[in-house]
Amino acid sequence: MLTCRQLTELVTDHLEGRLSLAQTVRFHMHLGMCRHCRAYLRQMKMTVRALGRAPEVSFPPEVRESLLKRFRDWAE
Amino acid sequence: MSTVSSDSLPGAGLEQPAARVRRASAEDRALVERLLAGDEAAFAQVVDAHQGALLRMAMAFVGNRAVAEEVVQETWIGVLNGLSAFRGQAALKTWIFRILANRARSRWEREARTVPFSALDTDEPAVDPERFGADGMWTAPPARWDADTPERIAERRESMECLAKALESLPPGQRAVVTLRDVEGLDSPDICNVLGISETNQRVLLHRGRSRIRKALERLISGDGEC
Repeated sequence: MLTCRQLTELVTDHLEGRLSLAQTVRFHMHLGMCRHCRAYLRQMKMTVRALGRAPEVSFPPEVRESLLKRFRDWAE
Repeated sequence: MSTVSSDSLPGAGLEQPAARVRRASAEDRALVERLLAGDEAAFAQVVDAHQGALLRMAMAFVGNRAVAEEVVQETWIGVLNGLSAFRGQAALKTWIFRILANRARSRWEREARTVPFSALDTDEPAVDPERFGADGMWTAPPARWDADTPERIAERRESMECLAKALESLPPGQRAVVTLRDVEGLDSPDICNVLGISETNQRVLLHRGRSRIRKALERLISGDGEC
């Protein structure tokens, strides 16, 4: 049987799809019986998804221009 | 990952084999052909597609915008100089990121850092052990973030600032892996390729990085409101 503490160490492998079948079964069984770990998994999923929404880094048009110029010089 | 290895659980099966690095697509190859032929529109396309992500990645490596900009400039030079040798064994994006990672790493080493970039320190539990009892079960369980969705978290400036701050404070190896995986969306094998680290190393860094960031968000959302 998994403990909650063990589960928190397996969460990343679970989200990455890297648990073995046996671990996956144990993981889901524990989750089914433990609302605290369900809350933890949810927090982790939300953290990952929020990271994916990080805003684009902007850069000034001069930078783009100078890169294109560099390309033109290189292409000759 | 630090206190529990998959081997310690009875009957643990074999892990899934690591996926291969995805090869360059036909689109990538066509783009490279156009670049080699001096097609400026093709280069503009590549710049527009990747400049922002490269800058963000460089900042994740060197932690400083001015230096990051230099590293990105050097990366583009490296891209142009290396184009004729591009064999398509990885996607163009992965290849470009790899050049960046190499440039950033040389920069790192030039600044005489003694700690290897992707060093794994001693054990780092995902959650403070004091939150569990002797039986390993929660005694100070996590709150439910029911009212929050990833979208809501992203909308709140406070949360996004907390996320950025937490990411910036990660040790460099963790920061690089979390940025590549969760911010930039690269696959695991591509990340290993870009950073020159093993699959195992990458998994541990990802695990620890994400755990720290979750902790910071938790402090903000259900803790004392401080990131």
